[in-house]
Amino acid sequence: MKPTLQLFKAQTFVADEANTLTLANDADPRDADLNGITTVVLQFPKFADGRAFSQAFLLRRRLGFTGEIRATGDVLIDQLAQMQRSGFSQAVLRDDQDLEHGRKLLAHYPAFYQGDAVDTQPHFAVAA
Amino acid sequence: MYQYSDFDRQFVQQRAAQFRDQLERAEAGTLGGDEFKPLRLQNGWYIQRFAPMLRVAVPYGEISSAQLRVLAKIARDYDHKEDHDVSKANAALADVPTLPDRCGHFTTRQNVQYNWIPLHRAADVMDLLASVNMHGIQTSGNCIRNITTDALAGIAVDEVADPRPFAEIMRQWSTLHPEFAFLPRKFKIAITGAREDRAATPWHDVGLRLLRNVDGDLGFQVRVGGGMGRTPIIGTVVREFLPWNQILNYLEAVVRAYNRFGRRDNIYKARIKILVKAEGQAFTDQVEAEYSDIIEKDGAPHTITQAELDRVSAFFVQPELRCDRKSADAKIAHILKAAAEDDVEFSRWLTQNVKPHQNPDLRAVTLSFKRLGSAPGDASAEQLERAADLADRFSAGEARVTHEQNLLLPWVSCDQLPELWREARRLGLAKPNIGLLSDMIACPGGDFCDLANARSLPIAQALLARYQDLDELHDLGEIDLHISGCINSCGHHHSGHIGILGVDKDGQEWYQVTLGGSDGTRLSGEATPGKVIGPSFAANEMTDVIEALLTTYRAERQSGETFVQTVKRVGIDPFKTAANAVRVATARTPVAA
Repeated sequence: MKPTLQLFKAQTFVADEANTLTLANDADPRDADLNGITTVVLQFPKFADGRAFSQAFLLRRRLGFTGEIRATGDVLIDQLAQMQRSGFSQAVLRDDQDLEHGRKLLAHYPAFYQGDAVDTQPHFAVAA
Repeated sequence: MYQYSDFDRQFVQQRAAQFRDQLERAEAGTLGGDEFKPLRLQNGWYIQRFAPMLRVAVPYGEISSAQLRVLAKIARDYDHKEDHDVSKANAALADVPTLPDRCGHFTTRQNVQYNWIPLHRAADVMDLLASVNMHGIQTSGNCIRNITTDALAGIAVDEVADPRPFAEIMRQWSTLHPEFAFLPRKFKIAITGAREDRAATPWHDVGLRLLRNVDGDLGFQVRVGGGMGRTPIIGTVVREFLPWNQILNYLEAVVRAYNRFGRRDNIYKARIKILVKAEGQAFTDQVEAEYSDIIEKDGAPHTITQAELDRVSAFFVQPELRCDRKSADAKIAHILKAAAEDDVEFSRWLTQNVKPHQNPDLRAVTLSFKRLGSAPGDASAEQLERAADLADRFSAGEARVTHEQNLLLPWVSCDQLPELWREARRLGLAKPNIGLLSDMIACPGGDFCDLANARSLPIAQALLARYQDLDELHDLGEIDLHISGCINSCGHHHSGHIGILGVDKDGQEWYQVTLGGSDGTRLSGEATPGKVIGPSFAANEMTDVIEALLTTYRAERQSGETFVQTVKRVGIDPFKTAANAVRVATARTPVAA
């Protein structure tokens, strides 16, 4: 997979707060007013809480949101590929994470089986 | 069997490489234990009482002889008890019995487990598995687990459609699904294509039944929210008929609803069954709304094309096998005449262990892994190797791991039954007990498992020892006996005609007994959890308790009535009375249920 997810460290990341909407991770993105919003911030209170993956999917794919979708909180390098595929464009990682290694992991699999928020077609449809 | 494409093969290899990197970082300390845990679990690696446990995925139970040989090699070369300190006693289970090693263990979810592989050798084992397209992907963790089906899939005479192509397509869809790797809790899907449900589908998070509608179109009945554990619930039918090509779109809707709304605050309330029960119709409405959005707004991206179904189905075409039925009959008659003792045993084996087949020249033969001296479902390295030989010689190189923890050979020519029986008997795998009391299901229990409250294997051994007499077993007829070492219900005690559940009280092992549970087969009736027959029993009372239950059945049964039918007709009271009468320890010290 071609890495497109932008990686940052929490410590050094300077967020531009303008036109940014932060969603609680039990919020339904479809209820949000995205008018004029250029960045939606989603949260991982714990890396194993997977709700934000569905939120990102709904934003990117269902609502066709074209701005930045940012992952924040307990963001680890082992979940980056999932994030990119679910529609995130930015990941602000926990400070102890090795970004270089994260970039390698992001490119580890050339392709996947199922369609996702970015590559919508499943492998069988692409390969056919 | 499905043959892996280059893409499939590379995917498994990449997965093994990814795991090696994670393991190395965990060993170097750059990946913390809590963070490594879900990653190793999603590759099948648990940490158990004495050692790690590896659960190898056997997608929908289909396994080749080459894969069996690699499993044998892993058992022989890596599954070593002496690599671990077994003196470390669990306070509640002070007595460390003989723990088997150098073996694989067939599970109720058609997978294979090992109990003694050290974690530092884990990546090497994954490479070895990958060499035959095997892995531990999503055999644990809070994600979509291995998809199970009927061990007779594609050969059962009562089949509407072969579930295996759909199981394979769903396997691919669920493998490393980006959105669904961190669900509130585990998620299990079972699928059957037959009229008889041999896959316990109502007991699964999603249970699928292939059927044809009035127009003759193929589709699925979809159940959601079944499960065992401390709150046994039978799945709710949310769709009576879903066209076959929509199944991935629909599953996506179900799992997305679960990911968003399933409880994450309490591990015991996190399964989808709790959500379905709490929300009722609102849950179904949510799934239907999401499904309709996937179709209309997303453009139904996961719709299975006819070309894809055809491509995958082509791998499941039955091997061209024929046999001379006339000579088969003659051979069988000859064997039957051979020796009086063999006579009975062979004909019993034909009745219990040999099932009819869609191809009238073929039979499905179950090798019994329920025998004295071994844990139910355990196969030594040697037996795995020999089972591979039997699969090559008699079954087109293929076997199936069954939900009941045995191995089934799906492509046996009827004229080879006598030879197969002789070979299997030589290996101790021809016990004619399939479906009978001693064909029991048991989890590894407190001997191995960190979660268990009590041991399952000594109870299983005691019952196997008590019920060796084949005349007696056949007289007792078909009985599902299921043993779980704790309420997590890996031994499916809820669905047993007789269910045994290990419970812990003041550091002692006790056993609760239930009656009348059902997995949903015609024999057992509509899927339902069994009823508790009273306060728990002590371990040393258990054999007598089971005997009392069976004696009651014999006394109460009407002609042709099976155990579970008698329980349903007369109720649990006579059984309860009989079981209470044999209490020794617990008669004097009342214990809570």
